[in-house]
Amino acid sequence: MNFYDIIFYIFAAITLLSALFVVTTRNIVHSAFYLLFTFFGVAGIYVLLGADFIAISQILIYVGGILILLLFGVMLTNKITNVEIRTGTVHMLPAAIATGIFMGAVVAVMVWTEWKSEPSVIPLTTTKDIGHLLLTDYVLIFELLGILLLVALIGAASIARRDEE
Amino acid sequence: MYQFLYNLIGNEIIAGLLVAVVPLTIILVFALFGIWLERKVSAHMQDRLGPMRTGWHGWLQTVADLMKMLQKEDIIATDADKTLYNIAPVLVFTGSFAVYAVIPFSSKLLGSEVEIGLFYVLAISSLVVAGILMAGWSANNKYSLLGAMRAAAQIISYEIPTALIVLSMVMLTGTLSLDKISQMQTSSFWNWNIFGGAIFSLSKFLLIPFMFVGALIIFISTLAEVNRVPFDIPEAESELVAGYFTEYCGMKWGMFMLAEYGNMFAVSAIISILFFGGYQSPFGYLGNTIGAQWLVPFEQGFWFLAKGLTLVFVQMWLRWTLPRLRVDQLMTVCWKYLIPYAFINLIIIGIISIL
Repeated sequence: MNFYDIIFYIFAAITLLSALFVVTTRNIVHSAFYLLFTFFGVAGIYVLLGADFIAISQILIYVGGILILLLFGVMLTNKITNVEIRTGTVHMLPAAIATGIFMGAVVAVMVWTEWKSEPSVIPLTTTKDIGHLLLTDYVLIFELLGILLLVALIGAASIARRDEE
Repeated sequence: MYQFLYNLIGNEIIAGLLVAVVPLTIILVFALFGIWLERKVSAHMQDRLGPMRTGWHGWLQTVADLMKMLQKEDIIATDADKTLYNIAPVLVFTGSFAVYAVIPFSSKLLGSEVEIGLFYVLAISSLVVAGILMAGWSANNKYSLLGAMRAAAQIISYEIPTALIVLSMVMLTGTLSLDKISQMQTSSFWNWNIFGGAIFSLSKFLLIPFMFVGALIIFISTLAEVNRVPFDIPEAESELVAGYFTEYCGMKWGMFMLAEYGNMFAVSAIISILFFGGYQSPFGYLGNTIGAQWLVPFEQGFWFLAKGLTLVFVQMWLRWTLPRLRVDQLMTVCWKYLIPYAFINLIIIGIISIL
């Protein structure tokens, strides 16, 4: 077994185990903190795939931004332990059929897709290429996303200011 | 360095672990030295002598403290959340230790030559925020929780001016690699980024004032990110006992101290790489002059430590000079002053660098 294989299995185990804890634990703050390890494991797998920029963005955006926001939100709720997250199991049959179809579709795609399995040379860095692509081929989408985020920001600021009148 | 160790030992795992041990040693030794220095600096600024009894001028005092800390009983409050309480110090220390993976101490002593070093530093330090929140919440103590909330709000806010200044430096140098940024500022202090970079032209002189502003802003905002005075409201001892690590004792408390001192040196190192030439000597190398090439990396290590420790000394100096800010003043400084100035600085540096 290769050195990198071992690292891959460690990261995969971290991701899967912590994701399992996220959905099974009764304490929502614990859930939020286990999510940290899930994000971290996914970032590690990105690194092993040679996508260094995406891995770091994953940590910066999800751990540094979204998770912290989530923690603030969770810690400000008044009922932290023993929250009844699981709703009652009605509609068992349609749910089973729907999940079965979805699972089948995913597995089918996984099996029938022709994956690029050639041992490609892992690029030294992807940052430059991503930058070039963002400002040439995908510049319209990039700008639109920027405007969307700006709109969200202005909306958030206006909601936060409203009670000052 | 990894390649060198790999050739020497021939085992990937052992070589990788050895590479990780080097910055760990540096953090531990620096924390021992830094705590002693902090005590001596504060004592001399207040016209005292500080620790004098353990060793020459008390230099063994921190070692003695460490011995004491290791022997202490590990007390966990009954109502604390034990799992998270035990993970939190490790997470905080991991965040500050992981930064050292990309810091080049000299042209030969650098952990990872990864191309996106600066971006990595900004991202991985967010682990510290998660760790602090974890520590504050799991201790089940109102002072801890308040301190953790304040720390998280402060660190997230001050990450923005830091990132803007880093962005302007990335625009100027055209790379995210800390090693390449260091290499660009070679041969003389006149080529450091604070003096406009290595390319001699009109834009170099136009850049100098904006570089000074940038260096000042990043120094202030990183000072806030490592929770040092005057931005130490997360652990303001007159209001919050000790902030987010109020309930910790023994070596778990020691981990927070290690992380704090590790962070202090890490941000000083980042500032010195961005603006003050990193490991480059300000005058040229003795090794090159007398024809002993092997001497150059050692000289580089010396200059790097000298620059880093100078900035750490300035941080300690400020601690005994300025009073603590209030929470609202802290946010005002960040959002109303530092971020607009950093934005304007970014735009001006961008315009000058495409001239």
